[in-house]
Amino acid sequence: MQRKKMSRLIQQTVFVGPSALFFILIVLVPFLLGIYYSFTNWNGVGSSEIKWVGLDNFKQIFMHDTKFRDAFWFTVKFTVLGVVLTNVLGFVLGYLLTKPLKTRNALRTIFFMPNVIGGLLLGFIWQFIFVKGFASVGKATGLSFFSLPWLGTENTAFWAIVIVFVWQTAGYLMVIYISSFNNVPKDILEAAEIDGASRGQVLRSIIIPLVMPAVTVCLFLAISWSFKMFDLNLSLTKGGPFGSTESVAMNIYNEAFANNRLGLGTAKAVIFFAVVAIITSLQVKFTKSKEVEA
Amino acid sequence: MNTASKSRVSTLLIELLLIIVALLFLVPFYFLFVNSVKTFSELLTNSASLPTSFEWSNYTRAWNITKFPTAFGNSLIITVFSNLLLAFFSAMAAYQMVRRDIRFNRILFAVYVAAMVIPFQSIMIPLVKVTSTVGLTDSIPGLIICYLGFGIPLSVFLFHGFIKSIPLEIEEAAVVDGSNVYGVFIRVVFPLLKPIFVTVIILNTLWIWNDYLLPSLILQSPELRTIPIATFAFFGQFTKQWDLALPALVLGILPVIIFFLAMQKYIVEGITQGAVKG
Repeated sequence: MQRKKMSRLIQQTVFVGPSALFFILIVLVPFLLGIYYSFTNWNGVGSSEIKWVGLDNFKQIFMHDTKFRDAFWFTVKFTVLGVVLTNVLGFVLGYLLTKPLKTRNALRTIFFMPNVIGGLLLGFIWQFIFVKGFASVGKATGLSFFSLPWLGTENTAFWAIVIVFVWQTAGYLMVIYISSFNNVPKDILEAAEIDGASRGQVLRSIIIPLVMPAVTVCLFLAISWSFKMFDLNLSLTKGGPFGSTESVAMNIYNEAFANNRLGLGTAKAVIFFAVVAIITSLQVKFTKSKEVEA
Repeated sequence: MNTASKSRVSTLLIELLLIIVALLFLVPFYFLFVNSVKTFSELLTNSASLPTSFEWSNYTRAWNITKFPTAFGNSLIITVFSNLLLAFFSAMAAYQMVRRDIRFNRILFAVYVAAMVIPFQSIMIPLVKVTSTVGLTDSIPGLIICYLGFGIPLSVFLFHGFIKSIPLEIEEAAVVDGSNVYGVFIRVVFPLLKPIFVTVIILNTLWIWNDYLLPSLILQSPELRTIPIATFAFFGQFTKQWDLALPALVLGILPVIIFFLAMQKYIVEGITQGAVKG
């Protein structure tokens, strides 16, 4: 009996141990340390210099740090617009691409392609498009839309990031929506057609309620991508012009690694985590309540 | 017009509309490829037209300056080894957690699920300290260990969902045949996991190959640069030198585009599976 217990323990250690060890070292320990550091004045010099300062960092952030507030506001605006637009486009493309089109597969490939490229490289590619490509299109066509200084003003730089984000992510959501549309039972659709339902009615009363699980997933993905955006932000605008497009992630990065205020940076990181956790769990709870069974 | 031909016309219109949108989606690639072979002055005067001559020397210069083979090799080693270890360790853990439903495993699983919402940026600052304390910085094995830590939650979660659906009878038959639990796992369970392996590996590959922030914090030496880091360093050095930057970007995206076109079926499947389980 003792031997059996022993071998069970060894088995548990061999199977679960390695992954748990990596997870604890790389995620759990830094996470807990981060909560501790957020109450200190750690500035990266040496461990002996770290002093407990209580809630000072949080007071500083909430009362005085206007740049963090701006970054937060930018991220919220970007998230709302980015999430809605990429989901609408992904949904529409997915819906239309379930129809029997000749070029269906090629189209799906094209719409998905931007997504396999990393945000950093995409940002650099689009930097060229906005700076040089749009300018020459504007010169050739005379359309003022293309001649705007896209990355030069606060308003247009904001839209530039939204455009690239939607272009990059809509195809991914399209793939998820397509599989969800394909899972809508054919007999329900046929029954509705026999009953004389119009196409709009079928979409509104049957298809949309039945693809709500996909909406839950797609909203979750889009919210977490846009809220955590860093690479695209870094390579496309670097937060400019005048820091107007600095995301929260970039603000945290700069506070810690450019200003060397690591204590303050981790306090921001803790706030960031809390906000992301609350928003995503509220969203999942909300859309899950709208899901129905066929 | 009867209904059949009416719906044929509307299908045709939808197709036409989608083709136009698809062309718009491809415009950035057109600009990128066309201008990557132009001379600097031609690229400045007109970036929308086709090139008048092909300046392939742009590519040789970009290839040499970014040390493309080194960056490509580093990205490849990191992605391949992280993937193999991640899939192997996650499958083992998920198997044990499903088959031995004890309280410890249930709590650990709940911790993994909760950890999936932690944004990387909210733990990156202490992570730098932890990795330098235990000596994982500026080394490729160190970076791979980081990917193991960050990848474990989602990978375990995906395997967990899949293994739950495998009937126990198959394993019991193997135990009767005299295999021990390790033998059963390697010879019987492992092959059954193939579909979910594909999903996990696809999702992790797209993440690790394109990741910039984590490697930029862990690796310092120029000879350890991955493709995104090499590209970023290159841009810092040659701002606005588009005749060098564009071919460097083409080189940077080419491997992953080729991978995508070759593996498209699996990528689409992997994403769908990952979304359904997630």
